[in-house]
Amino acid sequence: MLSHLRTMWLVFIHLFRKKETIEYPEEKVALHPRYRGRIVLTKDPDGGERCVGCYLCAVACPVDCIALQATEDENGRRYPDFFRINFSRCIFCGFCEDACPTYAIQLIPDFEMGEYNRQNLVFEKEDLLINSQGKYPGYNFYQVAGLEAGVKKKGEGVNEETPVDVHSLLP
Amino acid sequence: MSTIVIDNKSYEVKQGKNLLEACLGLGIDLPYFCWHPALGSVGACRQCAVKVYKDEHDTHGKLMMSCMENIKDGLRVSVADKAAQAFRSQVIEWLMTNHPHDCPVCDEGGSCHLQDMTVMTGHDYRRYHFKKRTYNNQYLGPFIHHEMNRCIQCYRCVRYYHDYAGGKDLNVFAAHNHVYFGREQDGVLQSPFSGNLAEICPTGVFTDKTLREHYTRKWDLTTAPSVCQHCSLGCNTIAGERYGQLRCITNRFNSQVNGYFLCDRGRFGYEFVNSENRITQPLIRNQAVEAVDETTLMGHMRKLMTDHTLIGIGSPRASIESNVALMQLVGKENFYQGVSDNVRFIEKRIVEVLQTGVVKTASLQDIQQADAILILGEDIWNTAPVMALAVRQSVLKTAAHHALKHNTGIPTWHDAAVQELVQEEKGFLANCTITASPIDEISSCIAHNAPDDLARLGFAVAHQLNGSLPRVLVDEDTLAEVIDIAVFLQQAKRPVIISGTSCYNEALIRAAYDIAVACKTPDKEVRLAYVMPECNSMGLAMMQAPSFETAVLRATREKNITAIILENDLYRNAPAMVADLFFNSVQHCIVLDSLNNLTTQQADILMPAATFAEGDGTLVNYEGRAQRFFRVFMPGQATIQESWKWLLKLQALRTGVLNEGELHPEDVLKQAEQLLPQFAGISASAPHHDFRINGQALPREPHRYSGRTAMLSNLAVSEPKPKQDNDSPFTFTMEGYSGMPPSPLIPFFWSPGWNSIQAVNKYQQEPGGSLKNEQAGIHLFKYNPHAVPVYFKDIPEAFMIRNDRWLLFPQYHVLGSEELSAYSKGVRELSPETYVAMSASDMARHGLTNEHVVTIKVFEQNWDLPVKADSSLPNGLVLIPAGLHGMAVPNWNAYVIIMKGNR
Repeated sequence: MLSHLRTMWLVFIHLFRKKETIEYPEEKVALHPRYRGRIVLTKDPDGGERCVGCYLCAVACPVDCIALQATEDENGRRYPDFFRINFSRCIFCGFCEDACPTYAIQLIPDFEMGEYNRQNLVFEKEDLLINSQGKYPGYNFYQVAGLEAGVKKKGEGVNEETPVDVHSLLP
Repeated sequence: MSTIVIDNKSYEVKQGKNLLEACLGLGIDLPYFCWHPALGSVGACRQCAVKVYKDEHDTHGKLMMSCMENIKDGLRVSVADKAAQAFRSQVIEWLMTNHPHDCPVCDEGGSCHLQDMTVMTGHDYRRYHFKKRTYNNQYLGPFIHHEMNRCIQCYRCVRYYHDYAGGKDLNVFAAHNHVYFGREQDGVLQSPFSGNLAEICPTGVFTDKTLREHYTRKWDLTTAPSVCQHCSLGCNTIAGERYGQLRCITNRFNSQVNGYFLCDRGRFGYEFVNSENRITQPLIRNQAVEAVDETTLMGHMRKLMTDHTLIGIGSPRASIESNVALMQLVGKENFYQGVSDNVRFIEKRIVEVLQTGVVKTASLQDIQQADAILILGEDIWNTAPVMALAVRQSVLKTAAHHALKHNTGIPTWHDAAVQELVQEEKGFLANCTITASPIDEISSCIAHNAPDDLARLGFAVAHQLNGSLPRVLVDEDTLAEVIDIAVFLQQAKRPVIISGTSCYNEALIRAAYDIAVACKTPDKEVRLAYVMPECNSMGLAMMQAPSFETAVLRATREKNITAIILENDLYRNAPAMVADLFFNSVQHCIVLDSLNNLTTQQADILMPAATFAEGDGTLVNYEGRAQRFFRVFMPGQATIQESWKWLLKLQALRTGVLNEGELHPEDVLKQAEQLLPQFAGISASAPHHDFRINGQALPREPHRYSGRTAMLSNLAVSEPKPKQDNDSPFTFTMEGYSGMPPSPLIPFFWSPGWNSIQAVNKYQQEPGGSLKNEQAGIHLFKYNPHAVPVYFKDIPEAFMIRNDRWLLFPQYHVLGSEELSAYSKGVRELSPETYVAMSASDMARHGLTNEHVVTIKVFEQNWDLPVKADSSLPNGLVLIPAGLHGMAVPNWNAYVIIMKGNR
């Protein structure tokens, strides 16, 4: 009996607490920048695509919902020919972002992706690519990658010696 | 066997090996870079360090490189020792100081030995914060991509390219920490074995450029065991597919056939599968809508199948299944080989000779182990490149064996020491061919002569070996060579005689056989190999059907004939005049093929055939070894089917017996065994379609395969059911038995911690040895030790030079001469231009220089070709590149007239 009364009392005093629910969608949710929502492909500081088509996101994906094909331009710079995420399968685990060596694929604080037609949840590269560096401004993979792909010449990257002169025997 | 103690546990290991091999053979993971089973040890990378103890009381021990340590009885070592482990992880840390941060854009990533070894040693955090060394890259041709920054200086590439394969244009330059592996200047790699650099390099310095065009990681490939389609050797390959396209060919190790290496034609010739020239839809010509579906096609076929006389033209590049299905459809008496009369005659002789069972056939492994080799009239460098590589190994091994006999202190695996000891010495190789080839460099005896003279030389050798055989009159120089060859063959314990069809000369086949039989004694193993023109030439020849010319003759005499042509461009196998006559004589012409060519243009009905990547089949290689290749992927269009499936459907139409149950490849092979007893046992060449391990089928995809729920979601978001394969024990998914499959069913080499091709050592009984439970196909020629040899005594006349007449022979080229591989972009790029080669003195006599164009007259046809001097070619002969696309086929081994043209 006492316990019943105590419970009723506890419920009653909750009437005077601050409200936890919000009037969504009129009022928007405040999300942390690291919230794992919709997946985007970002661009590097030069405006080039960051994705180099390394397939690590695809292999890390536990539900295998990422498919892509790497190709390269005339300078040897790799980019995805197509990049497809099937969001109807995605579980927003963020493994793809963890796996990405170029900060290209990022999960952003946006979850408003409801669709009536499941087919519309299949996003192609045009739908994924944003004109921003996302959470990691200033990073350009090709500046640190060693190989020459139209971004910098051999030896001009970060922490690189000038190319070896094969004809020299000097130390 | 010796007992050694590793980490206080004793093991029985084979003597004559090094410690690294022993550890890997015992399943102990020990990192290494510079060692390779095919190359031996040099101790360059310092990666495989272990602690070696003096005796059981020694607690201190000393660090030794296990690849340089011989196995001794009672050897005590520790792999897990703290100091040894720390040493190994420091070595890899040093190697990584200059390694670029580019795995994401490196094609080796995911099948990289450096990645595997780095993980194995535990190095995971970079402590070196100074600058990295960089290099400029080189252009190395259409097959190999160069990215020198990734190099870890293990020297495997030059040791393979230079020492193993005999290439001259890849070397090491500069000094100290600046060493550079490449060419003297940019340019195409000259060796036809350059593709192996992609597998031999433990990092991504050398990678497959054709894969780069449609790059896919190893874990994303759908793969199946396959057999190379580009020559008669039947090298084992792994073919990989992604998104409905064939993406790459890698080597499938097999100790009997190709071992670790492939030639560039086999590795890079796969692109015909993705060609725009593919036939994808059945066509019925001369009607309003030509492209039809299967039902319409079959409706149309019903009448043709029942009302007409059917004749079938088989193909040397179609599988046994397809050829047999055609033979069954048309009847044994209406089946023709689809090769010209002279080729059929030579091949028939080869089959006869091998079927006697007097001499064993030589596998590529036997050739590597041979201690004397005679090549009689076959340009193996161009017609069977991997055999040339095997011959080179025999020459090197024999020399090493000879040198080591007197220096017992040096073990055979000690590559640097052995090379130092051997110097320029070579094992015995006699290369008797029409003209020079790169094999001459390693030959101790070279003869360039007309094929008839080569055959005479062969018979002279046979006489020298067995005096009861008829004497051949040869000149003094030749006699010296003959005696030389005979002496070496007599002394050898494992001599191999190689000949083949490329000279279009049957006497050579007989001569090679006579030599092999004549030098046979009870204490030695003589082996014989005949190189055939195409991947299933041997299988087709074993069916013993008449030639194409016989079919033409019949077509001109009989009316109401419907010809079914199986995967065969007749314009490549017969002069255009003969082929035209055939097509004009037959009433209807049904062609099954995968690519459009001159023959398919003549077809009234065209049926799209599957290539090796889209279908199952069995090929018989030059030694009579039947090997199965498995479907890699289902073609996009359901209308593309294996020829034998189409032919079985036609047969059902013809006999009116429908629904008798689906036939699998082994069922067709069983029918072949009944129809043709010479194929006995062929149905056991690979496990049957219902083979399961623990009730599980075998997956074609590795367990890391990605993108399953997205790759087709642009078409429909609900994933389709995985495709079914009822003809093999493989599934098209990653589900199934995850252990090690039996050897003919290995779709990819992978083992935990070993993602690169080096994982093959986990599949072997011992490193470099045969695979576990190795079954390398079925031998169709049974050796019969009691067979009584019958010598051929019919010796051809010596070649006589005729005035203003030249004897015409084909010059094969590794890249360009084979039909299917020439559809690959890179192969086409490196194919030679047309030319006619003449001896220098012939040219001088007729006032010709290298700038002249000459007109060759064969029958009524004239060809204008630029002339080129060949200093090794005997007078009176001319060579034309064989099999180039767009070049008409002359009658080989026939006299032609040559007229001087313009400059």
